Amino acid sequence: MATQLSNGRHSNNTPAISVTHLIKRYPKSKANAVDDVSFDVARGEIFGLLGPNGAGKTTTIGVLTTAILPTGGAASVMAVDVARDPIEVKQRIAVVPQQSNLDRSLKVREILTFHAAYHGVGRKERETLADKLLNELGLGDRKNEKVTRYSGGMAQRLMIARALMHEPDVLFLDEPTNNLDPQSRLFLWERIRALNAAGLTILLTTHDMEEADKLCDRIAIMDHGKILVNDTSSELKKMIPGGTSLQVRASAPLEKQAAIRERILSALNSLGGVKKVEVLDDTEESEPNSLNFHIYADGANTLIGPAAGAVLTAGAEVRDLSVKQPTLEEVFIFLTGRHLR
Amino acid sequence: MEGAHVKRRGNRTLLALNAFVAILQRDITVTGREFIPFLLQALMQPLFFLFIFGKVLPRIGLASHDFAALMLPGIVALTGMIAAMQGVTLPLVLDLGFAREIDDRLLSPLPVWWVALEKVIFGAMRGAVASSVIFPLGRLILGNGFAVRTDRVFILIGMIVLTAFVGSTIGLLMGTVIKPEQISLMFTLIFTPLLFTGCTYYPWGALGRIAWFQVLTLFNPLTYAAEGLRYAMVPPMNGHDFPTLALHWILPALLVSVLLTFLAGARTFYRRVVT
Repeated sequence: MATQLSNGRHSNNTPAISVTHLIKRYPKSKANAVDDVSFDVARGEIFGLLGPNGAGKTTTIGVLTTAILPTGGAASVMAVDVARDPIEVKQRIAVVPQQSNLDRSLKVREILTFHAAYHGVGRKERETLADKLLNELGLGDRKNEKVTRYSGGMAQRLMIARALMHEPDVLFLDEPTNNLDPQSRLFLWERIRALNAAGLTILLTTHDMEEADKLCDRIAIMDHGKILVNDTSSELKKMIPGGTSLQVRASAPLEKQAAIRERILSALNSLGGVKKVEVLDDTEESEPNSLNFHIYADGANTLIGPAAGAVLTAGAEVRDLSVKQPTLEEVFIFLTGRHLR
Repeated sequence: MEGAHVKRRGNRTLLALNAFVAILQRDITVTGREFIPFLLQALMQPLFFLFIFGKVLPRIGLASHDFAALMLPGIVALTGMIAAMQGVTLPLVLDLGFAREIDDRLLSPLPVWWVALEKVIFGAMRGAVASSVIFPLGRLILGNGFAVRTDRVFILIGMIVLTAFVGSTIGLLMGTVIKPEQISLMFTLIFTPLLFTGCTYYPWGALGRIAWFQVLTLFNPLTYAAEGLRYAMVPPMNGHDFPTLALHWILPALLVSVLLTFLAGARTFYRRVVT
């Protein structure tokens, strides 16, 4: 299911998802749930929508999956307008929601085969595909049970299997690994990457920073219905001023340590771009004669040489130098603030 | 990947019809598996009604022996209607309220209102089955008291189907309007009046002495269903057809009820699933 064959209606260059000036205001609501949002997702991309609760992520997915009508602007999936032709869109997308909506009256395997039948997949084809997917997702030996006996992780895997039964072009995952144990989470990440490698375009929402960082080609951070930033994870991390830092570990003879520390400190502080230098307290692992510094600076990675020079000039030895990148979480908090929602 | 649905895309009406049939098959499969519980749920109450009103009361002299023949059509109407309603309302209230199992069907390539239509058709099938099972069981319980004319059997079948649709469309409307937390209150508020003003336990014509009540019953579609079934079932007495509401009132009333309730129900259904 990997290849993106052109069906003649549009070229492969059109984005898989295109959202332009999208607005959604719910009746009786004072503010727009989605407020003039625009973004594109290229074919074959994994795109992450991040944001605190109530930021407008689920509403955006709702519009793209035809469950919510836009108040203004436009959204299209595989060049099909979601408001004008929802039935066409439904053939091309699959949705894995936050909470299980699996059919509890059916057996596990039937959930897949009926889903495929709704989408017009032939009987033989759907039987074969169901068995294949159940095995791939590690559910093969429990396919005749009902989902009421399934754990959260199994239900999540089953919803992904169901989503793949009609071979969609775009997969929507709404907080796919929320509440899952670490094993299930890792397994799902692997599966998501494999599906993407096979050509599936994926849009996922999450507030798990690690997940976004590891999976997504691009990330948009949303808050109060607006997209604040939209870029690759590494670009986003550059946004924090003085976000990168340099850690320096030096060692000096105990009797001269105090004097050397003062000399290093003033030398480091005078380096270009440095915002702040912290002297770290002796940590448990550090040897008695070691000195630890934490340098916050724009472009801290360019200071490796000068910092080493400062240590040596002061009469100490360099033990370790390392650049620390900010986490996506720091970017997220930086943009959306610390207050609770 | 697009190759896959290039194959399937073809005719969209066909694709939608195919989805519709698959969804109906899903409901039939599920009910088929729970057929005995379904029958118990649908038939318990009517069977006791038949036994008490058709057998016990005439036996102890509190009702005439013709009463069973007059009540049987009412029971058939009521059973069909309630079984149809139950097949739609409760699952829908739970589904739209929190279970959201219906989402998978709503994401199928068919118009959203067809999903509501499927519910109505499936509910009507349940209603018609439940109504039909009353006949053999009625014969068993009532014995000699069981009397049904056989010369209007096609009208009988039509009335059973129509009654079931009346029930399933009301079920759709209720299922889309009621919130899960109101369910028991709403059942009492809607069910009880529907049950007792629907001419199930008494023929409409006999209400002449309580004119206001006779007029009131005309606002209940169950009245027309029960009277229509009486027309089709009650054998002639002393050479005269039993007097009922006229068929040319019954049929339009039932059809209008089905149509209007469906339109209202499909509208609220759409508003619940597409915001």
